[in-house]
Amino acid sequence: MTFLNNLKRSGAICGLAWRNLWRNPQRTWLTVGAMIFSNVLLVAMITLQLGMYDTMIETSLKTMSGHLQVQKKGYQDEPRMRDGFAGVARLSRELRRELGLKTISARAEGFGLASSAERSIGIRIMGVEPEAEPRVSSLPGMLGEGRWLKGMEAEEIVLGASLARNLKVSVGDVVTFLGTARDGSMAAAVVTVVGILETGIGDVDRSLAQLPLGYFQTVFGMPDQAHRLVIQLTALDQVEPARQLLRETLAQRPELAVLDWDALQPGLRQGIEADFVSAWFLYGILILLVSLSVLNTQLMSVLERTREFGVMLALGMAPGRLARLIMLESVCMVLLGLALGVLGGGLVAACLAHWGFSVPGMEEAMARFNLPGRIYPPLSLPGLMIGPLALCAGAVLASAYPALRLYWLRPLAAMRSR
Amino acid sequence: MAAVTCKDLCKTFSQGGERVIGLERVTLEVEEGEFLCLSGPSGSGKTTLLNTIGGLDTPDSGSITVAGQCIDRFSREQLANLRLHNIGFVFQAYNLIPVLSARENVEFVMQLQGRGLATRRALAMTILEEVGLAGLEDRRPAQLSGGQQQRVAVARAIASDPVLVLADEPTANLDSRNSSQLMELFAELNRRRSATFVIATHDKRVMDFCHRRISLQDGRIVNAESRAAGSA
Repeated sequence: MTFLNNLKRSGAICGLAWRNLWRNPQRTWLTVGAMIFSNVLLVAMITLQLGMYDTMIETSLKTMSGHLQVQKKGYQDEPRMRDGFAGVARLSRELRRELGLKTISARAEGFGLASSAERSIGIRIMGVEPEAEPRVSSLPGMLGEGRWLKGMEAEEIVLGASLARNLKVSVGDVVTFLGTARDGSMAAAVVTVVGILETGIGDVDRSLAQLPLGYFQTVFGMPDQAHRLVIQLTALDQVEPARQLLRETLAQRPELAVLDWDALQPGLRQGIEADFVSAWFLYGILILLVSLSVLNTQLMSVLERTREFGVMLALGMAPGRLARLIMLESVCMVLLGLALGVLGGGLVAACLAHWGFSVPGMEEAMARFNLPGRIYPPLSLPGLMIGPLALCAGAVLASAYPALRLYWLRPLAAMRSR
Repeated sequence: MAAVTCKDLCKTFSQGGERVIGLERVTLEVEEGEFLCLSGPSGSGKTTLLNTIGGLDTPDSGSITVAGQCIDRFSREQLANLRLHNIGFVFQAYNLIPVLSARENVEFVMQLQGRGLATRRALAMTILEEVGLAGLEDRRPAQLSGGQQQRVAVARAIASDPVLVLADEPTANLDSRNSSQLMELFAELNRRRSATFVIATHDKRVMDFCHRRISLQDGRIVNAESRAAGSA
């Protein structure tokens, strides 16, 4: 019975709160309007931001690292030539079958000294599978000149644009490189330049050289060995299930580790988190301004009705319930702003998801990385709700002050006020 | 049984840096069903005594018992609850809630008590009819005359079926015809509902309606005079 009574009383208070809200419709709509505008802005900006992060991650992962990699334990922290793992061809086949993916490619890495007729420069040499590599990396699509590698044993090389310029070589020229093989002996080879990479990524263009994995294994004395198996997935949310499957598949190979993109590129997540925090500083200012607007509205409303609240207290309304009344008024206003704001923001986000968004000049820059120039931020629950809920919390918190004032209101003093 | 018992009530105010006596050793007992008025000039302590009995103000010392409950140590929530269930107020300035209709104003206290919609609606209509406002129940206070507003205030005061109705200068804003009608209504409600009425007034016509008159001056009871019921 007590619960039923409380429910009835709450219903009565809700009705009164809703009616009080429309005593001054202009003021209420102004505040609700500010909330709707802010919510639309927050939903659109956060959706765009999250979409941008997805694109950043995809761009970065498609360039080199992939979503997951299989490596020998410890290789990520301290890459050494001798820390390759054997049975690469078989393992690749097995993982392709288990994961149902073709986007798996092996890589081996080393350092050496590349020499042309005129110069010698230290380079990073990477052995890649000519057929599989384009499926896991966007680099093969960034050739400025020449062609991509053909055949696992071909004695050919693809160089970064700056590296080729510094060596003063072009497509068709011959380059000699010297390095240390897996067993410590000298590795040397003469290869023909077949392609020049123009990635726009300084590090890659300046020092990367790619040659067929089979030839790399021969030169560096590591038959059927590699340092990484790169796995490219279609979406970020597939990372965790794929990692679980890989762990189960590799249970018999305890020397191998499965690393996700976060472990492979820790700076990427940190960068995104830093950007997210700085963006929230701006959102915070917006939320603060709207909360102050709610505070102002409610404070004005309370001051105007002080006498009436005094009467309510005199009639037997408990101070706590009176404070709840003003909180309810704020909640009603905030929920109205939330509903209409999320609706409007959702429409804007749906338009962005459907027609995409691009910054002038961005399309060309993205095209260089073999990526679409327009961002199509997906409509997501976090994108729709994070901002508006934070705004709700701020606004409700702001109305706590007028509510507290009411809680301590003395009926006689209130009834005497004008 | 006494509806109200006050013992040695003292209350002082600070006004412009000076200490003003509101109540000085006021001892009073109001029997259930009594129709009593507190009279005296402005500043004599009538309103202070009324507010203190109603739990709207607290005395500096002394003791008050309302409807069998000693309220000396009541919290604000307890005092609110006491007012909600035992006391009805009629104010000089009507003090109706402007956004609510006459019926909703009467229903308001019953809503706070947690009564169901059908019950309180039916009761509100009956009471409004009882105070002579049938047909005006959907009007907002601004659409009613002063006399009608005060009748709504009376209806609201008795809607919670209180033991005690406290009225502070209820006729001060009314003309003589409306004043007489209101007092007749009070007297009738007192008779019919057996509710105790304590009315603070300095209107001689109001005093004539009451069974007992307590005169105050400078916060003290200076005279108590009983009259035969309905002698006005």
